[in-house]
Amino acid sequence: MTVPRFSHGSRVPGWDEAVDLEKDPSEVPDPATTPVPGELRAEIERHMALYPDFRSATIPALRAAQRHHGWCSPQAIEQVACVMRLTPAYLTSVATFYDMTENEPRPRHHEVFVCTNISCSLRGAAEVFEAFRAAAEGDERVHVRSFECLGACDVAPMASVDGVYVGPLEPGDARTVLDDVRAGRPVLEDRQLARRPVADEEARAHPPAAAPEARS
Amino acid sequence: MKLLFAGIDEPDLDRIDVYRARGGYESLRRALAMSPDEVVAEIDASGLRGRGGAGFQMGKKAAFIPKGDMDKYLVCNADESEPGAFKDRELMQKNPHQLIEGIAIAAHATGCNRAFVYIRGEYDYVADILDAAVAEAREAGLLQHVILVVHRGAGAYICGEETALLDSLEGKRGNPRLKPPFPANQGLYQGPTLINNVETLATVPHIIRMGGAEYAKIGTETSTGTKIVSVSGHVQRPGNYEIELGIPSRDIVYGLAGGPPEGRRVKLWFPGGSSAPVLTEEHLDLPYDFDSMAKAGSMLGSGSIIVVDETVPVIDVAKWVAKFYTHESCGKCTPCREGTRWTLAMVERMDRGEATPMDIEIMSGVQEQIIGNCLCVLGDSMAMPIASLVKHFREEIEEHIETARARRERIPMEPPPRERATEAAA
Repeated sequence: MTVPRFSHGSRVPGWDEAVDLEKDPSEVPDPATTPVPGELRAEIERHMALYPDFRSATIPALRAAQRHHGWCSPQAIEQVACVMRLTPAYLTSVATFYDMTENEPRPRHHEVFVCTNISCSLRGAAEVFEAFRAAAEGDERVHVRSFECLGACDVAPMASVDGVYVGPLEPGDARTVLDDVRAGRPVLEDRQLARRPVADEEARAHPPAAAPEARS
Repeated sequence: MKLLFAGIDEPDLDRIDVYRARGGYESLRRALAMSPDEVVAEIDASGLRGRGGAGFQMGKKAAFIPKGDMDKYLVCNADESEPGAFKDRELMQKNPHQLIEGIAIAAHATGCNRAFVYIRGEYDYVADILDAAVAEAREAGLLQHVILVVHRGAGAYICGEETALLDSLEGKRGNPRLKPPFPANQGLYQGPTLINNVETLATVPHIIRMGGAEYAKIGTETSTGTKIVSVSGHVQRPGNYEIELGIPSRDIVYGLAGGPPEGRRVKLWFPGGSSAPVLTEEHLDLPYDFDSMAKAGSMLGSGSIIVVDETVPVIDVAKWVAKFYTHESCGKCTPCREGTRWTLAMVERMDRGEATPMDIEIMSGVQEQIIGNCLCVLGDSMAMPIASLVKHFREEIEEHIETARARRERIPMEPPPRERATEAAA
């Protein structure tokens, strides 16, 4: 049996694309030649000050850079590395591990995460996801992707629209949601999770677990 | 009996004055007047077991933290990513001060001078609420003995595993560590670290208020207290419910959550999130507590019940489970990294009609090789539910394989999908 191979002879596509063989991976960017936007620098430094070990700020710093640049671009990584005095290689290793750090350029204005995990799938997430994908077809400003459990199975099937949890959704809602998002309106206000009362009816009416008896 | 959820929908409960008006932070005041050992003893007496999944007694864990003046850390695990779990989100969003009070008390009890809440990145809006609440508490002078930081993750299920969480909190890739040493001895920044789930810590103020012995009277002998269960899937009223441990499971699935839609029956249910082995309808009469679930061959885990009714083929459930763990395996240990991937491939093969019933044996062989052979239990979390699906529904899976195969054989063979790669370059 012949093993399918790419023209460069490897079974791995583009194995040689991401590497810049000229570059020293251990190099910490020189502050003199790496301009960092003041705002971003301030935000990263604020995060670094929160921890006993400044390296703990890696994820918050990468997310700040991502907000600034739209994705974890080589330039963004360089800037974080410059402020944190870490190597870009180390930061790249972290950025490629997590789901919320983007490693590819994308004109991202709006993000729609549709949960397709078990609880949502049981209630029709596949159809909802397809409907969203179809509704966003051809619109570069809206990025629709399926996501693993977002922790809102009580409103399954649900989606996180620019960080706002909404549900339960039906395939028919996709168009309304995306229209609202594009127009900058709040999304499906009556179905936002933050406004949903607790399911446990008894707890709603229950008085607060009493104050300490021996209150002095 | 409602403790954590009592009146949780009170407007503006996330503000400190509203929380204080209902007696909030009184337990902290009382705990600070006690010696750390007394507080630990009180927690120990309550028998409170960890609500994050493992069910380890919090009092014992707290007692493992060495005494002394070294830097000690308290980490609250708010990386709630288990499919089916959503209790911590509601607890933090609606009553953040209850958690902060619990953290402050636990920090005093163990002498931790720094505390972190590791919250998953997707819960950004909840983290904002927590941030505001921490600022309020600090301003009110309630956090003088501990520095509390809310740390946002960036989307990785594995970071809910305690040692992976520590690595992630140190700014690394979230890979689990070898245990021992346990975090209580060498955790965050190699210092002693107490890690507890949100619900566990949020319960602490109630234990101090009621007294450990009084709290232990709720629930069963070995599973004390109340527990928030998240019910989702095929039920009419999905959501979070606070129950006393030990009530019949049927009362939760049918009584509180309303059971499956009219005319349908429960086929299987996950008692503790998607990583717990599944149980069937006959197990619904078991009491819902740590030991009964373990005895039935499953686990209570994080208390997340996912109900699946008879309209869904078992293969689909297996596929969702395998797909999730394949995506979330961190890649450090080979049995998990490869095992999850091959399991998914085999389940998909069964569904496509390319498998024979013999493949079930091969798949079970893969599960056997995952269980217990990795640094953490992520691989086991896929292997156990898959194995349980095979155990309870072998006949249905065999039938599914045969039908799919027959269907496939009736249609002419399609040429295999074109690979992106070209045939041998030469």
